Amino acid sequence: MKQAGLFDIYEKIEARERLSAEDAERLYASRFLPLIGWLATLVRERINGKKTWYIYNQHINYSNICTNLCKFCAFGKEKGAPLAYEMSIEEIVSRIRERKSEPITEVHIVGGLHPNLPYDYYIEMLKAIKRERPEIHIQAFTCVEIAHIAGIGGKSIEDTLTDLVNAGLGSIPGGGAEVFSSRIRERLCPSKLPGKDWIHIARTAHKMGIHTNATMLYGHIETIQERIEHLIALREAQDETKGFLCFIPLAFHSKNTQLEGISQTDGVDDLKTIAISRLMLDNFPHIKAYWVMLGQKVAQIALSFGADDLDGTILEEKITHMAGAETSQAMSRTEIQRLIRNAGFEPQERDTLYNPV
Amino acid sequence: MSFTLASLAQKALNQRLSPDEALYLYKNAELTTLGSLAHARRMSLHPAPIVTYIIDRNINYTNICISGCKFCAYYSAASAETEVNARQKPFLLSRKELAQKIQKTLDLKGRQILLQGGLHPDLPLEYYEDMLSFIKHEFPEIHCHAFSPPEIVHFARLSGLEIKTVLQRLISAGLDSIPGGGAEILVNRVRERIAPRKATAEEWLNVMETAHNLGLKTTATMMFGHIETLEERIEHLRVIRNLQDRTHGFTAFIPWPFQPQNTAIDVQPATADEYLRTLAVSRLFLDNIPNIQASWVTQGPKMAQISLFFGANDFGSTMIEENVVAAAGVSHRLSEEEIRRLIQNAGFEPRRRRMDYTLL
Repeated sequence: MKQAGLFDIYEKIEARERLSAEDAERLYASRFLPLIGWLATLVRERINGKKTWYIYNQHINYSNICTNLCKFCAFGKEKGAPLAYEMSIEEIVSRIRERKSEPITEVHIVGGLHPNLPYDYYIEMLKAIKRERPEIHIQAFTCVEIAHIAGIGGKSIEDTLTDLVNAGLGSIPGGGAEVFSSRIRERLCPSKLPGKDWIHIARTAHKMGIHTNATMLYGHIETIQERIEHLIALREAQDETKGFLCFIPLAFHSKNTQLEGISQTDGVDDLKTIAISRLMLDNFPHIKAYWVMLGQKVAQIALSFGADDLDGTILEEKITHMAGAETSQAMSRTEIQRLIRNAGFEPQERDTLYNPV
Repeated sequence: MSFTLASLAQKALNQRLSPDEALYLYKNAELTTLGSLAHARRMSLHPAPIVTYIIDRNINYTNICISGCKFCAYYSAASAETEVNARQKPFLLSRKELAQKIQKTLDLKGRQILLQGGLHPDLPLEYYEDMLSFIKHEFPEIHCHAFSPPEIVHFARLSGLEIKTVLQRLISAGLDSIPGGGAEILVNRVRERIAPRKATAEEWLNVMETAHNLGLKTTATMMFGHIETLEERIEHLRVIRNLQDRTHGFTAFIPWPFQPQNTAIDVQPATADEYLRTLAVSRLFLDNIPNIQASWVTQGPKMAQISLFFGANDFGSTMIEENVVAAAGVSHRLSEEEIRRLIQNAGFEPRRRRMDYTLL
């Protein structure tokens, strides 16, 4: 540790002191990769012990039609484009019905910013799912979609959230955060909700008792400093509200996007990002290694680098796979448990709010 | 026997580990602790922050094989009476095809071929001598890294000659070094069950010892994660370390996990955690083998890069073509440029090397 020049950071972690932006930069620059994982594990075990969480969930991407068309996205399509689609409420309900015999605890819903689906479409979607499967938790609509839906309805964020919760919304996924830096957003997704507004919506939800997650899309054109600023912005919001459940770093996949040609993220970068997120976000209960994006191998190793959640048995995930992810569409519960046990951790199935199932 | 993790960790940094100690570390150390130790050991063996790789082509001269190993998805059964593996169409490379493949290697700046094949039932030793002479005549600058020990043992059986004589004749014909394949797990209990017709552990080791004594350099491999126990995995490392103490002829050790798809062994593939543990323990235990190779072919580019912090100091080969692992459903491709980028992004300097690990 002394040889690695990270002893002061170790002392801070042991003393439960908060790491600074400069500490994070030093960790990113360090060549002692396993040691960074070891440090992150100190925090991981303090919060989650040896537990590694996973969820049995169902993904529904209701439409890929999107007015934002961010450069890093292979999923969004203009209305009328050959691959554009939107699902009717009946289609969504039939997807839920098809899998009613499976012990699914969460429906995870994300879609594009559709130009003309009405406000009621979103409300009715939630109600219809709840009618079909009343016990299921619906985690739906990123902060970006919430802002869009509020705009369509001509309502405030608070009123929109109230309507959605009354219709069945349980919690909000962490997407659309990308990298908060306005430099990045201007270049990659100028039409998207600004970082400040994303955080504002998350905070509004938290204050209303709605839990949300947070993400960071890394490995495109952002700098290490911009990643660290992103983490610190989340940490500050969390200090205030305690409403974030989980942080999910998302490794960028460039295939079929306007940024095609940018290499896949490095395995080393993936692990450092997981570990540094764990160390910096000392007030976040969970860090997720999203295996769909990382691949099963790196996701398993990430458990020794601070991650305590592998997400789940994901079905019908379209967003990452359209960007060329080579992972399979679903991993069985047995396989997830094997990966977790094999790495020396205890598998624990959870619901959306991290209650053991 | 009782150990403490702390005392073993200290020992692992600069002293020889016993098999029991290695096993204890494998089972009890945190993955990141094992990685830190293996990386420290690697950095003390190779203080310069360099990661090497080689441009060479993996050429399989035939897939016809009488060995019929249960872990293999590549071979084509030699005789029509038992079409054990009907997936693969039998082939034997012609001289023309061989020459084309080597020319392509030279075009890609490669100066070495890794030449291996199945155990063909009736080609005489002269066939292999002629193949080497042909290569050396047509492409004098090519280094022939050829014929794993089971092939050498097979040639000796067919020709009725001593191992030493076979090796001497092949050296005269142009053999430069021997690849470490066919080692699988060097424990006969395991070999009897998964590769009963293949060279025994003693035969494999004997070929390598004879080759080293004749001045050839070789590598050593381990295919793990099938039916062997952890103890047998460590035993494999032990017999290789013992031989290396006598000959110092091994340049590198290459562990890679068994890929079960399309084979006759029904197990789950070793996980990434097992791979990194095995790699790290190999680095710590094999204190007399200078280089440890990462296996991007089985693990993919991300894991191979991570391996550079768990004991590996070499990225292996660009391969150009790879058939055996691909037959088991695992297919990764990496160009030289990508290999260099992965090494650089991990904070090391990529350097091309020869078979003997001298830098180009």
